[in-house]
Amino acid sequence: MRFAFKTSYVQDLGLFRDAVQRNCYMALFVALLVLPRLVPAFAGDVSLVFIYGLCGLSLMVLAGYTGLVSLGHAAFLGIGAYTHVYFLHDLGAPWIVSVAMAAAVAAAVGILVGLPALRMTGLYLSIATLAFALIIQEAFTRWERVTGGLKGKAVDKPVLFGVSFANEIAFYFLCLAFLIGGLWITGNLLRAPTGRAWVAIRDSEIAAQSMGVNLAIYKTMAFAYSAGLMGVAGALFAHKIGFLAPDIFSVLLSIQFLLMVVVGGLGSLHGAVLGAGFVALLPVLISEARDVVPVWAGTLAGVFGKTAGTAVLHGVDRFVKQPGLEPGIFGLILVLFILFEPLGLYGRWLKLKLYFSLFPLYKRATFRRQRAYMRSERLR
Amino acid sequence: MSLFAAQDLAINFGGIRALDGVSFEVEAGQVFTIIGPNGAGKTTIFNLVSRIYEPSQGRLMFRGEDITRVSPHEIARRGIARTFQNIELFEHATVLQNLLLGRHAHARSRFVEELLFLPRVRRFELEHREAAEKVIDFLDLQAYRDSLVVNLPYGVRKVVEMARALCTQPTLLLLDEPSSGLSVEETQEMAFWIEDIRNLLGVTVLMVEHDMSLVSAVSDRVLALNYGRRIAFGTAREVQDHPEVVKAYLGG
Repeated sequence: MRFAFKTSYVQDLGLFRDAVQRNCYMALFVALLVLPRLVPAFAGDVSLVFIYGLCGLSLMVLAGYTGLVSLGHAAFLGIGAYTHVYFLHDLGAPWIVSVAMAAAVAAAVGILVGLPALRMTGLYLSIATLAFALIIQEAFTRWERVTGGLKGKAVDKPVLFGVSFANEIAFYFLCLAFLIGGLWITGNLLRAPTGRAWVAIRDSEIAAQSMGVNLAIYKTMAFAYSAGLMGVAGALFAHKIGFLAPDIFSVLLSIQFLLMVVVGGLGSLHGAVLGAGFVALLPVLISEARDVVPVWAGTLAGVFGKTAGTAVLHGVDRFVKQPGLEPGIFGLILVLFILFEPLGLYGRWLKLKLYFSLFPLYKRATFRRQRAYMRSERLR
Repeated sequence: MSLFAAQDLAINFGGIRALDGVSFEVEAGQVFTIIGPNGAGKTTIFNLVSRIYEPSQGRLMFRGEDITRVSPHEIARRGIARTFQNIELFEHATVLQNLLLGRHAHARSRFVEELLFLPRVRRFELEHREAAEKVIDFLDLQAYRDSLVVNLPYGVRKVVEMARALCTQPTLLLLDEPSSGLSVEETQEMAFWIEDIRNLLGVTVLMVEHDMSLVSAVSDRVLALNYGRRIAFGTAREVQDHPEVVKAYLGG
């Protein structure tokens, strides 16, 4: 085990725990810099991971840290994407300006949604955001002058300060820069009074209030900040998919975002990125598996004779090529995580780390917690 | 003039009059205790003071100002801090993070500064940390500084919650049943903490308490309530011997 030896309060203010941790992240950063050169084929998939990472960050602030679960975050992504493209193509604004506008417009809409949300908690809030997302999707379809309606809208490759990011590898670096920026400002907020106030609201509104936290202001702020990040992610997403249509920003996408933060681990920035990696790469894995799994199954069953092998090959093949398999697998994974690992991938990672640092003294009971203290006598 | 005064305070929940015209005054530097059987309206008074409930009638005065209509988050800024009967700590945060949130009423950094974590924010954070560390030293919580609240025993949580309230640097501290759920030793310790808070920090304490040993050990004035009305007032001894109080607790 390592113990951080602290001699000053400043050491607790850093984003990293100590030099070792900082160097690990530096190594990861260098690895990400060389990755597209080593395996250029993956650059496209990984840049989607980065964009989803921003989305995960956005929902993590709202759901993971402030405790306001939104089921309509794809709407903010859509608002960001359409605003960006409208300013960039229709009004001819510079790239960076239209990204800023995407963030600003999404944040403004976030405030509008956040205001009625002040009076709602838990499930009711989720349903309200779900309704909001459906309304926004309808607006994307009908407001043809700006969004192009059902015909959709093509998006050019990004050109930033005269430099084109048309190729996959350049776009990969652009997304990486935005993700790191997003992580940095969110990390900053979380170690400042604003972040503490958000966590306080999540854990006990009534205590937060009596410590001087203005619930209305901080909840609205969480909504605005979350929506703003989503707006930026939307701008990048628009370039990534190259073509905007209203049905992209569906409820299913919102649920994928929620899946991201739950699978990653609620209440950690690592979780947002890990969850994003999971959700963005799972479809890639599934499509790979579609080709490979029936052959394996056939070979395995081939031991019992040629007919059995062929039958199994066809059966498994028909099963894995069924449409709608993906949402099914997503749902199954979500349920399994909630049942067996509520702390998500990041929680699993922490346990793994502890296991090796304590080996052979690790006990499962370390992470077993007693049930939360009775809350039935709470005021609300 | 008294530090805090409730004047003719009343509140109705539907048809139930939980408080019925209660008045009292707390002098600066006192430990003022409210006692009474279950449902007497003790905690209701606390919730009225921290503005979670709206009073149906009456006024609350603090340091010569009317705080009856002040918004709830403003109360901490005016110098009133509280603890809760059932402990409302932020459970998945460390003790230190809980105490730092207690400094929220003194937060001065702006959102944009925090986004970039400018040197000004860093300076404020260090100030908050020093203030929190003073409270940790005062209440002997050094050993628990970095533990998560969920992993702490009940008795320690009670002290942590008191520490968080002290981090707001209050003039008036409201303690809602500080000894509930504590062992005899822990209750005695709590009596020392309360005396220290009054004598060394100069904080006025208003508390609700059932444990008469704690009440008589620390209280300067005791107010007894029953069914939302005042039935006795005086020193702990006087109130304990008051025939109405005996009747309220034992019947007869």
